[in-house]
Amino acid sequence: MELDELARQRGEWLRGSGPESDIVISSRIRLARNLADFPFISRATEKDRSRIESVLREAIPDTENGAKMLYVNVEQLGAVDRQFLVERHLISREHAESQGARAVAIDPAETLSVMINEEDHLRIQVLFSGLNLNDAWELINRVDDQIESKVTYAFHPRLGYLTACPTNVGTGMRVSVMLHLPALVLTRQIDKVFRSLQKISLAVRGLYGEGSQAMGDFYQISNQVTLGKSEERLIKDVVDIVPKIIEYERTARQFLIKESQENLHDRVSRAYGILRTAQTISSEETMHLLSSVRMGVNLGLIEDLEIPTLNELFLKTQPAHLQKLAGTELDTADRNIERARFLRRHLNKDSGGSATRN
Amino acid sequence: MKCQKCERPATFHITELTGGKPLELHLCEECARNYLTQSSEQPATATTMAAALAHQLAQQMVVGQTAEELAQLDQRACPVCGITFHDFRSQGRLGCPHDYIAFEAQLGPLLLNIHGENEHVGKIPKYHPQGSEKRTQLIRLRREMAAAVTEENYERAKELRDEIQRIESGTDS
Repeated sequence: MELDELARQRGEWLRGSGPESDIVISSRIRLARNLADFPFISRATEKDRSRIESVLREAIPDTENGAKMLYVNVEQLGAVDRQFLVERHLISREHAESQGARAVAIDPAETLSVMINEEDHLRIQVLFSGLNLNDAWELINRVDDQIESKVTYAFHPRLGYLTACPTNVGTGMRVSVMLHLPALVLTRQIDKVFRSLQKISLAVRGLYGEGSQAMGDFYQISNQVTLGKSEERLIKDVVDIVPKIIEYERTARQFLIKESQENLHDRVSRAYGILRTAQTISSEETMHLLSSVRMGVNLGLIEDLEIPTLNELFLKTQPAHLQKLAGTELDTADRNIERARFLRRHLNKDSGGSATRN
Repeated sequence: MKCQKCERPATFHITELTGGKPLELHLCEECARNYLTQSSEQPATATTMAAALAHQLAQQMVVGQTAEELAQLDQRACPVCGITFHDFRSQGRLGCPHDYIAFEAQLGPLLLNIHGENEHVGKIPKYHPQGSEKRTQLIRLRREMAAAVTEENYERAKELRDEIQRIESGTDS
């Protein structure tokens, strides 16, 4: 498998299925691990980094699906390709932008990615569509054991897995769900939700697009602490809160329908209209409008579009994806033209509605 | 609550203790990152939120110590990787796994501050459940061996090499 093939396929987490997938986009778990006999990254020499990279690279083929994984040397990748992997949630922004020997291994379904030499020597990540943290934990727990059978992790009986930053020590685990909450944003209730989450030590952050623009009413909820709670408990803390937020969002959507169906329908239809006819459009505006359309589809206000197609448009209209699909580097102005062309092609039915039929 | 510097929601609540009296700040992630990196001594190294926060907490932690105590503490170095406490608190990044032991007294309150707990209760490695301290000593031994070679002290280098090999092959105990 090559990187360019990824650009044409759709990652598992964008499938748009799975429990509660109208609101819960994806479930993610990542584990931070370090080799016991090397300094942490900030203290590692270039030689250390290369040795860490080769030790971990050799451990990967022995994991399930390991032989089929695409191994990408991130250090040698161009800027567009690195950004492309960030947009697909396969590597972190920090991993894309740092220096020195580093890599990522990606399984063909894009469910599992293993970052080498990120903030920690090893960052294992599992990403599933919809609300599915328990399956994600089962898979990542197994892969963690499989890698550990080949290497020695830095571990302390009282402190747990030792990480470069004390904010990750203990389980080294970050559990998160990405939610689409347009009605809570529209009814200005999102702050209230945030405040209540902080009280129970969960973190909320907007998803960022190009630069630091908050993107398309997507919010990520994750555990704040990693020490002193078991993995199952950390997962449960997140899993327990999600149905409540889903209920708030659904209530807000019903409120909008009941109180101002015409306004809502108008808003959704105008968004759809702009996306189908614009000649040049920024990433920010695209996300904003796609968010309205996505809610419109979920509420039955738009009937000729499907959620997986929309999920895919969110991804494929991002800067690096546009450039990968166009096969050439484009500046901002040219990207905006290409983005509008891409949207028109995929949203006007006579030319084939699905972004997969490209 | 809205961020004090822009329209986004405030998700970071910072209490600044480095000035005369405590100052409360409510910021969104981006403004918090800007604020924390601006206020740190070495902004370029505090690249991520986690690092900036750790740095912030580390700074808070040392409030209340005399300048002399602080200066002494800052010079304390980890025998394995050589990082000083000052390096850690200015960058928010530890140098090696042994730092958790070398700086245990300072890290304890910090961990409690971050996590509200100070003992791990989750997963234990399947194959090496007893901890990895011995293996982490390889970092020090390799460093010492390189130094011995540079000093042309080949006898010492050979001893160190043998010790490294014993640990690496697991026949040291």
